[in-house]
Amino acid sequence: MKELHQQSVAELAAGLARGDFSSVELTEALLARIAQHDDRLNSYISVTAERALEQARAADSARAAGQAGPLTGVPLAHKDIFCTRGIRTSCGSKMLDTFISPYDATVVERLDRAGMVMLGKTNMDEFAMGSSNETSFYGPVRNPWDTETVPGGSSGGSAAAVAARLAPIATGTDTGGSIRQPAALCGITGLKPTYGVVSRYGMIAFASSLDQAGPMGRSAEDCALLLGAMAGFDERDSTSLDRPVDDYTATLETPLDGLRIGLPQEFFGDGLDGEVARVIDEAVAELRRLGAEPVEISLPNTALAVPTYYVVAPAECSSNLSRFDGVRFGHRCDAPRDLEDLYKRSRGEGFGAEVKRRIMIGTYALSSGYYDAYYLKAQKLRRLISDDFRAAFAQCDVIAGPTAPTPAFRLGEKADDPVTMYLSDIYTIAVNLAGLPALSMPAGFSQGLPVGLQLIGNYFSEARLLGVAHRYQQATDWHTRSPDGF
Amino acid sequence: MEWETVIGLEIHAQLATRSKIFSGASTAYGAEPNTQACLVDLGMPGVLPVLNEGAVRMAIKFGLAINAQIAPRSVFARKNYFYPDLPKGYQISQFELPVVGHGQVTIDLEDGQRKVIGVTRAHLEEDAGKSLHEDFHGMTGIDLNRAGTPLLEIVSEPDMRSAKEAVAYMKKIHALVRYLEICDGNMQEGSFRCDANVSVRPKGQHAFGTRAEIKNINSFRFVERAINYEVERQIDVLEGGGKVVQETRLYDPDKGETRSMRGKEDSHDYRYFPDPDLLPLEIAADTIEAVRATLPELPDAKRSRFVDHYGLPEYDATVLTASRELADYFEAVAKACGEAKLAANWVMGELSGALNKAGLEITESPVSSDALSGLLARIIDKTISGKIAKEVFEAMWNGEGDADRVIEQKGLRQITDSSAIEAAIDAVIAANPTQLEQYRGGKDKLFGFFVGQVMKATQGKANPAQLNELLKQKLDG
Repeated sequence: MKELHQQSVAELAAGLARGDFSSVELTEALLARIAQHDDRLNSYISVTAERALEQARAADSARAAGQAGPLTGVPLAHKDIFCTRGIRTSCGSKMLDTFISPYDATVVERLDRAGMVMLGKTNMDEFAMGSSNETSFYGPVRNPWDTETVPGGSSGGSAAAVAARLAPIATGTDTGGSIRQPAALCGITGLKPTYGVVSRYGMIAFASSLDQAGPMGRSAEDCALLLGAMAGFDERDSTSLDRPVDDYTATLETPLDGLRIGLPQEFFGDGLDGEVARVIDEAVAELRRLGAEPVEISLPNTALAVPTYYVVAPAECSSNLSRFDGVRFGHRCDAPRDLEDLYKRSRGEGFGAEVKRRIMIGTYALSSGYYDAYYLKAQKLRRLISDDFRAAFAQCDVIAGPTAPTPAFRLGEKADDPVTMYLSDIYTIAVNLAGLPALSMPAGFSQGLPVGLQLIGNYFSEARLLGVAHRYQQATDWHTRSPDGF
Repeated sequence: MEWETVIGLEIHAQLATRSKIFSGASTAYGAEPNTQACLVDLGMPGVLPVLNEGAVRMAIKFGLAINAQIAPRSVFARKNYFYPDLPKGYQISQFELPVVGHGQVTIDLEDGQRKVIGVTRAHLEEDAGKSLHEDFHGMTGIDLNRAGTPLLEIVSEPDMRSAKEAVAYMKKIHALVRYLEICDGNMQEGSFRCDANVSVRPKGQHAFGTRAEIKNINSFRFVERAINYEVERQIDVLEGGGKVVQETRLYDPDKGETRSMRGKEDSHDYRYFPDPDLLPLEIAADTIEAVRATLPELPDAKRSRFVDHYGLPEYDATVLTASRELADYFEAVAKACGEAKLAANWVMGELSGALNKAGLEITESPVSSDALSGLLARIIDKTISGKIAKEVFEAMWNGEGDADRVIEQKGLRQITDSSAIEAAIDAVIAANPTQLEQYRGGKDKLFGFFVGQVMKATQGKANPAQLNELLKQKLDG
């Protein structure tokens, strides 16, 4: 038998069902690994060992009583952006360092109900703003493939924990690439669903019109299992879509024969690392061997995605983060002299530099006299970007390309250069602006660091994307590789 | 110089939904602080708003009542500003695309004329909480029970030309929202309040003067006083060679004056933008029709009907339709007793007088419409006279039972037996030979003296018409 921590969710679920091991044994094994290895990675902000064991015991009892579901007893980690009742929910910020959420996010509630065991809350860029996990109040996360490099962000903790086998699977959120880019940099599979498929209730908002939660696991199959339990209409989220949840596992084996794979020329031009390009070419060749037909396509407004995003996302965040004012919860400065002092110092002390930068950009973009030139213009560009995809999906079924222009970069390398940092999301951001589903999966290595292949689908094509990835993963073993030393 | 006043009002009507506009918490007034504020109202991290359909229906109802266009698509926007009783740091409101478009209402002026006042728009928004400055020793307490309460902000055109017109407009909207049962209209509890935009300009000038906005006025009386004060203040400024500055002012009811709260330079940049947590509000035509079917008879239609159907004078019809409850009360009495004018006189006279004196609403009247019609029936069937009826009414008001019981117990039944009246007349005539002689000598005025004497002898219970007739026969005979 494979060591427990090396098993996929599908394997763990089967093992639990057969009674090869109990959820308590599994949970203890993983907690021991976290205790042993996470000092080197800093992938968890909070490890909730007691609660995890309690949930594991409950899962084992449920199984004994014949009430187990497919995921009962399987452990996972939640990005610390999801509210968890009675447990600190920090969002990677000093602002919420002492915030104990009084309620559970819908995603947390659903996975609890599915019988899953929460190991802890994973590290992340502060308020999900970052592409390297260096903006966290709790310190940077390190990439298990090379601890001198970043894991990507903002769901860097989830990606590193899954890659280092400190969690079988984890939740993440993706506003501009925050699931896919760290998945690529850490060599795991991560899916951002269509906007509205997963409830945002209880997920601390960064940019409401772009935020979407999704699974981050070792394989497409694992992601399909978790997404099935996460997804679905939630009456508490007005932007959640009232449609039945697809059976994401049912179509995993669908052959790729005749599948048209669009390769946008804009994703393969300047700025793309040569080694990454080579890996992507090989991955496309593999997909062709599996029956897919590559077609050249164009997404002409790709270059506008980053500037558009950096108006829309900061505008929304400047408003979303206003509630952190030191009045009701979160950080409050010592001995405020008056109301203005309370606001200024609480927010000044509670937020880090990147968060402040984006609040300022967003405030500016929404200000009277600038609104039309920035916010409205960005909304128009957003439509153009969506139109690009609509046109592309007339020619192809799935779009493929690199997830990120480079493999993991060194810690500190881009920390002082926000624009260069922002450009690491150049291939992922347009997807959020259009609200489309996309995943990243491991497709090879560049100088020992993982490279991710991104697959973008039309609205509600999650099952299709997961199926393509699954067929690829059955033919390749990149997704089974794990970093040395963990 | 002669000046003209220009006034526009922004009325905030709290919608009478049971739960809040974006959460399931109760809207009931008067609970312990912060006991009716749920996670959404508290602006907790991660929570999201969900629109209350009832509030939308109420807005549609209002729009239909003022003949306004109901927007098939309207948008909720965030109005961003920091204040401790605004939990999210923004208020969810509607900005560019409100749910109710242009409409109008007709007001009655004192000279009997009517005037049409335009309503620019009405939009849905959430109320903020309350800051409590007392009892906290240099600190401020925050009560978020009110946060998230649905409001309909009704914005008028600058169509009013005097404080009296503004009050008439405000009263009209007040009556309307109560007729529609979309707002309880309670001004003391803040369910109905307004901001007044006031400016003056030389009579005949087309362009508006610079306006001041007077915030949060919560009574009809204060609206009139605040506007009159503000108009005089602005005229004084202008006639003194100064300029009115655009600013927000507060009315101080104790001092009867307005004072500056913040100038234009301190005005907020609210950074409105569409709320990404809420989808555009789309209202289907059949929803509008379904709401239209629930519209009650509105004040103007009711007034016309009272004139046409009951033959009431315009004045009576206007007074009686001022509130739906008063109109319903009148109508119940009129129908039961069959004499509408008599019913109108009593409702507007004795009853309203007694209610005013006691500070009661029509719905709190100790004399029910049934009881009042019972009393009027005794006037109509001549059991008692109108004068005696007032005495009976007073006893009924004081809880001494219904009309018949009071009449019986106090022995107030009118004497209609001719022989009894004749006997009383004979006795009076016999006791007053001098007056009889004078009367018969041509002093007609003494007739009244004899009526009075007979009434006195019968304790006011003689049927007046019979008494007149019989007395005339005897005296002239």
